[in-house]
Amino acid sequence: MKVPVEMTINGRSYCGEVEPRQLLVHFIREEAGLTGTKVGCDTSQCGSCTVRLDGIGVKSCTALTVQADGSSITTIEGLSDGVELHPLQEAFWNKHGLQCGFCTPGMILAAAELLRTNPSPTRDEIRHGLEGNICRCTGYQNIVLAVEEAAGKMGGS
Amino acid sequence: MYASQTTYHRAGSVSEAVRLLSENEGAKILAGGHSLIPLMKLRLSSPEALVDIGRIESLKGITGKDGAVCIGALATHAEIASSDVVSERVPLLAEAAGKVGDPAVRNRGTIGGNVSHADPSSDLPTVLTALDASYCVTGPGGERTIAAADFATGLLETALGENEVLTCVCVPSEPSGSGSAYVKFSHPASRYAVLGAAAVLTADGGRCSSASVAIGGVEPMAARSASAEAALAGSDLSDGALDAAAAAVCGDFGDNVLEDIFASSEYRKAMGPVYVRRALCEARARMG
Ligand SMILES: Cc1cc2nc3c(=O)[nH]c(=O)nc-3n(C[C@H](O)[C@H](O)[C@H](O)COP(=O)(O)OP(=O)(O)OC[C@H]3O[C@@H](n4cnc5c(N)ncnc54)[C@H](O)[C@@H]3O)c2cc1C
Ligand code: FES
Ligand code: FES
Repeated sequence: MKVPVEMTINGRSYCGEVEPRQLLVHFIREEAGLTGTKVGCDTSQCGSCTVRLDGIGVKSCTALTVQADGSSITTIEGLSDGVELHPLQEAFWNKHGLQCGFCTPGMILAAAELLRTNPSPTRDEIRHGLEGNICRCTGYQNIVLAVEEAAGKMGGS
Repeated sequence: MYASQTTYHRAGSVSEAVRLLSENEGAKILAGGHSLIPLMKLRLSSPEALVDIGRIESLKGITGKDGAVCIGALATHAEIASSDVVSERVPLLAEAAGKVGDPAVRNRGTIGGNVSHADPSSDLPTVLTALDASYCVTGPGGERTIAAADFATGLLETALGENEVLTCVCVPSEPSGSGSAYVKFSHPASRYAVLGAAAVLTADGGRCSSASVAIGGVEPMAARSASAEAALAGSDLSDGALDAAAAAVCGDFGDNVLEDIFASSEYRKAMGPVYVRRALCEARARMG
């Protein structure tokens, strides 16, 4: 039995009828057509599906669409205003924090979650803050440098 | 991976949740979903109906009461780890909640779901057993309280009756002057504990006046180690006393030591005393 849902994604309203078993990441990618959010492991471990749900970083492969009914979601497509890059996006570019880019949307959303709770993290805190995100090509070092640079630009020291 | 088909029911109150559970055969409670959804994807669990309790306001929030902290079943690991009242009165719980999984897991997973899932390696049952916590549950027959030590009855099994909802976890404050610590051996990818040990130590005039030691991930449910606690009682808490207490935990392991692809039962038995010793040393350093 399908269930009606409505939610705001990146400021735009979406509604639909979904099966209760549908994962939030599938609603975002397939119904809203926002394919920046990735499915890497589908087992809650890699973080490539990370989005912001009502202001908080979550793994969208481990939430049901019906749980997010009425919520406001931000994905990588909505992090900046579409004109200027978000400081995290810019820093990942500057510091070469990506190679293939598959993990990047989730990595940036997880980094945004870290800076929400800790605006001036040490390198060690950045590493721990990104514990739930796996990158298979960059090797993390440049990702840590990118988050550090973005923190500085965003007002943390 | 797709879970089996199911129906969805959102409860607005605890009594409505109890009613929905009673009306829908094969229904399961859905809280943060961080244990249930992975199980459903693997089809290890295929509930015919989901009763979502995630929006019930009365299950949220953390409050200090006389000599205790009451934590609503929906409090997330992140909320518990960052709560001032939890850090002041039961720092052991704040420490363990802060070590669960990763930040996104801590943002969604709840204390009620964590203990109800009854995974033997979960972090919270181990510390809640060490802290003598108790769980308030509401069902068709009314309310009752279950001690943390009696709650898990086996691997992924609990004393929760059919159609009962865990509403609140009540944790007595750690004694003043005591020291506590939780140490875990994390799985490198998921950060889930392979095993974990918790200790609370109190001393009076240089002698241990009370000791609580619990270990999770070795047997089908987290348990206190009576032998380690007996070895510590009245001791001078010297290195030698901690060594003896840590060695004593092995005597409490039954025949049912867990084994999986991450760790054999021999390895768990060997690591049990190692992690208990680390917890005891850290707890001793934090006393005063
Ligand atoms: C990648 C990953 C890493 C993790 N790492 C750790 C870790 O290191 N340590 C750790 O301890 N845990 C870990 N977990 C598990 C996590 O803590 C879960 O969130 C928690 O175990 C379940 O809480 P939940 O609210 O998500 O429950 P749900 O998944 O919604 O429910 C779990 C079970 O409890 C029942 N239930 C839920 N709430 C209630 C209630 N109030 N009353 C009665 N029954 C209820 C449900 O029916 C279900 O059977 C990890 C999970 C993931 C996905
Ligand atoms: S796809 Fe969600 S954590 Fe990997
Ligand atoms: S850049 Fe390729 S996985 Fe991270």
